Amino acid sequence: MKTPVKEQDPKKRIKNFEEVCLGYTEAEAIKESERCLQCKIPKCVEGCPINIDIPAFINLIKNKKHKESCEKIKEKNNLPAVCGRVCPQETQCEQKCILGIKGDAIDIGKLERFSAEHDQKKKTKIKENNKKIAVIGSGPAGLTCAADLRKLGYKVTIFEALHKTGGVLTYGIPEFRLPNNIIEKEVNSIKDLGVNIETNTIIGTTITFEEIKEQYDAIFIGVGAGLPYFLNIEGENLNGVYSANEFLTRINLMNAKDFPNSVTPIRRSKHTVVIGGSNVAMDAARSARRLGSEVTIVYRRSEKEMPARIEEVEHAKEEGIKFQMLSFQNKILGDKNVEAIECIKMKLGEPDESGRRRPTPVKDSNFIIKCDQIIVAIGQGPNPLLVSRTDLKREKGKLITDENQQTSDPKVFAAGDISSGASTVIKAMGDAKKAAVAIDRFLNK
Amino acid sequence: MFKIISKKELGENIFEFKIEAPKIAKKAKAGQFIIVRIDEKGERIPLTIADNDKTTITIVFLVVGFSTEQLSKLKENDTILDFVGPLGNPSEIKNFGTVVLVGGGCGVAPIYPQARDFKKAGNKVITIAGFRNKDLVFWEDKLKEASDELIIVTDDGSYGKKGFTSDALKEVIEKEKVDRVIIIGSPLMMKFTAQLTQDTIPTIVSINSIMVDGIGMCGACRVSIKGETKFACVDGPEFNAKDVDFDELINRNTAYLDEEKKVGKTHKVCY
Repeated sequence: MKTPVKEQDPKKRIKNFEEVCLGYTEAEAIKESERCLQCKIPKCVEGCPINIDIPAFINLIKNKKHKESCEKIKEKNNLPAVCGRVCPQETQCEQKCILGIKGDAIDIGKLERFSAEHDQKKKTKIKENNKKIAVIGSGPAGLTCAADLRKLGYKVTIFEALHKTGGVLTYGIPEFRLPNNIIEKEVNSIKDLGVNIETNTIIGTTITFEEIKEQYDAIFIGVGAGLPYFLNIEGENLNGVYSANEFLTRINLMNAKDFPNSVTPIRRSKHTVVIGGSNVAMDAARSARRLGSEVTIVYRRSEKEMPARIEEVEHAKEEGIKFQMLSFQNKILGDKNVEAIECIKMKLGEPDESGRRRPTPVKDSNFIIKCDQIIVAIGQGPNPLLVSRTDLKREKGKLITDENQQTSDPKVFAAGDISSGASTVIKAMGDAKKAAVAIDRFLNK
Repeated sequence: MFKIISKKELGENIFEFKIEAPKIAKKAKAGQFIIVRIDEKGERIPLTIADNDKTTITIVFLVVGFSTEQLSKLKENDTILDFVGPLGNPSEIKNFGTVVLVGGGCGVAPIYPQARDFKKAGNKVITIAGFRNKDLVFWEDKLKEASDELIIVTDDGSYGKKGFTSDALKEVIEKEKVDRVIIIGSPLMMKFTAQLTQDTIPTIVSINSIMVDGIGMCGACRVSIKGETKFACVDGPEFNAKDVDFDELINRNTAYLDEEKKVGKTHKVCY
């Protein structure tokens, strides 16, 4: 049995944006670490996109060497406090855990989070070289690649278009899952390595890509998936219809939850409909709930097909969010503001290319949900702002990269949502680490 | 941090700030905008670039809400926390022949760099600048220098010709062949002024919708262009007037009126 972790009571937490999960105490962490079998051939490590030595760090917790345990994680992972919170461990390391066959897998995520609390400022010895690297975007991919290259002695500058670092960690993921001060701490430890960060700098306009190419020996692009998709249905531009990106950015980056103390406003609605079944949809729904709204999630497939993490779905349910599954949006009704959404019931047919059963509409099953706010969370595409101003080869807006994350220009590398692979924070970090190794190899040819 | 090099009050509640931002100044082109965030609690305010030299960007704004009021209270040598740009696509500047530039209120300011650059490109530039009254008139000399002809109109006739910018535009197109019209002002002013020319002369407007990031990430600024959703920040800010759904834009610009009324402040932003 997994050692349970304490969480904020649902009744209380829907009134605040503080973390839901309170994390392990030392006793709980040690208890959980004692369950680890310390496998000779640890499957969990294979399941980790960045191959953290999981048994080793767990063993250090068991021996109360918490600082050392964090250092062990940081050999591979520059953002342990982030990953301990937002990684989908249940489909990665924990899924491979031998204990999971007959009972509960080790709660590797919660142990990683515990370890990260013991992160100590440590002077890393760096053997300097004179080569300069530009990292574009300060999200999980950019931060990871920057830290790895800095440790190898490169002079690294990260360029961030927004006023704050962290990319999707900062503007996207709400504080009740990942508090801003945790991101700040991780970013600061990367700054302490000697990485230079320039915010408010848009590569492509403030500085052109050509200038960057002239001034730096290699370039890493990690500008993410910043382009929100809309539904293209009637009524979508009525007031009260948000993209999840806008809704979350207002709350997370601009702190609109504290309006008017913070100047960026956000609508306070009575009933919100969120369209989509991803983690982002859960984040939007749970944020709306915390702003005092009733919330219904509309998703075209059934709960089983939802891409969101089970933990997020469970948390959303505990918080009183309604799930209107097998429903598809037809049109949004209203005059100036949103007044309702018309949906149609769906049924599941044969599996489609994603392997999930394809939803098809049920004839004459239209129904209406009254609402005064709609949040569209059906995904986002690669951010075109920079890449459309380059001649780098792309497919469907994403940069084409090879197995070393190298783009069509040999000195330019990319990872995360702007490249063809990754879709989660940790996969972006895994690819960014690969890119760092490849950049080092490229510059030492 | 970005330093305010100079500050002028151009008229009642209209301010001109020259901000030190060499990187942006070097790249800025007519038609583009910047985003300002005054301090840690501030919102991101988009403002169209009104002028630039090698090291500074000039912005002109009307005090219409909380943030612009806060901005107006800053003094020379004070600093602004965040200043980012240039954003949006530059205006299409080439030799069209005769270009009429129409600015209303503080929308007159971003007309200036267009006049300057259109003239440089060899156009005959006729500038129409509309103000409510004499006290609000600004940049007359500057506009005169950048234009072949400057027509100033005031609503009450206290300066220049009496009337609206649309009246002046009507007169101009009646007496000569015009190849392009650019209109910058409130959505309502742009909607009605553009109706005079949008079917016969290419007529461009600069969209001032509500924005958050200004780099294409949120869609707050979306406008319907020929029935298709576009983002003013990255697809614009300039569009063909006849393609713009102005009524939708006007409605979307009221999205936060209720929130703002509740706390007794408005955030509506002018150029």
